[in-house]
Amino acid sequence: MVLGRNIIFIIILIGCFASCNPDSHYQNIPITNFTGIEKWLNKQTDSVYVINFWATWCSPCVKEFPFFEQLASENINKKVKVLMINLDFPDQYDKRLIPFLKAQKSRLDVIMLDDPNQNSWISKVDSSWSGALPATLIYSKEKRTFFEKELTYNELNIAFKEHLINSNN
Amino acid sequence: MKKIISVFALMMFTTSILIAQGYKIGDKVADFKLKNVDGKMVSLSDFSKSKGVILIFTCNHCPYAKAYEDRIINIHKKYEGLGYPVVAINPNNPEVQPEDSYDLMVARAKEKSYPFPYLFDEGQKVFPVFGAAKTPHVFLLNKKGKDIVVEYIGTIDDNYKDASMVKEKYLENAVDALLAGKMIALKETKAVGCGIKVKR
Repeated sequence: MVLGRNIIFIIILIGCFASCNPDSHYQNIPITNFTGIEKWLNKQTDSVYVINFWATWCSPCVKEFPFFEQLASENINKKVKVLMINLDFPDQYDKRLIPFLKAQKSRLDVIMLDDPNQNSWISKVDSSWSGALPATLIYSKEKRTFFEKELTYNELNIAFKEHLINSNN
Repeated sequence: MKKIISVFALMMFTTSILIAQGYKIGDKVADFKLKNVDGKMVSLSDFSKSKGVILIFTCNHCPYAKAYEDRIINIHKKYEGLGYPVVAINPNNPEVQPEDSYDLMVARAKEKSYPFPYLFDEGQKVFPVFGAAKTPHVFLLNKKGKDIVVEYIGTIDDNYKDASMVKEKYLENAVDALLAGKMIALKETKAVGCGIKVKR
């Protein structure tokens, strides 16, 4: 009986670690090749998808990072998916990426993309993309907008709103 | 009058955006004159004895540029004697990216003993003409009679992370094709790089 109570306590404790610990969000940043992110680039739903390609060493990316946070939190009740695709070098995962996200207190979904054969996938994101960072893809049903530049919050929000109307969201 | 001037200025501005599309494969290249890390001015016309130039927009700060530094040095050593020397250009505005100042370019060239010119695109007039978008960004230039034409645009190889894991050396394959008088199989490639830093 005592053992049983202890087990219940431990289960509650573990459950709390997974959900109550604010750091747990940062322990689950996946690393994947392009196949792992391709599904996020061509969804056919009534949501708006905002996909940003960034790295911690890219100063304009760092500058615009909070704008995506803001966009996501301001539209929390709408059908929107904001996804930050990180292109730091994989050996920087613990040294740069996780500390950066913690410092930003970021709640955004982040995936690290590790696929060195970049010529095979850059054009699949957008045919016009040279590969320069930062880059942002916003899409909804039958409409795609691609930016190969640093965005202001205003630019991001205007483009996002167009898609929001387009998707009857 | 002021209004007319501003409309005219706007027209000039939009025209310059249209022009800034950059070179495509087969386009003739206009010469330029930029300051090298040794303080001397360098132009394409200085390479009168070479068959062409491997022009690479690169810089100090960008991790991708750093990952390719040694490979660029080796490419220069391999191809200079065959008629295709490397010329590197830093296109970034140091007010936006202080690590890419002229003084720090001089320091980096010294540290790495760059055997090729490392030029500063002061005023950022050259990179838009080429349509360079990032560092590193390669333009393989080849002489055809009096003209210099673009034969290849893109990246160096297919693995930025690890030179020993490279399967396809896109740039070297392109130079080898020119040397052999053959068609370049892959004339354009893409890779992730650092967007060129300009003032907003």
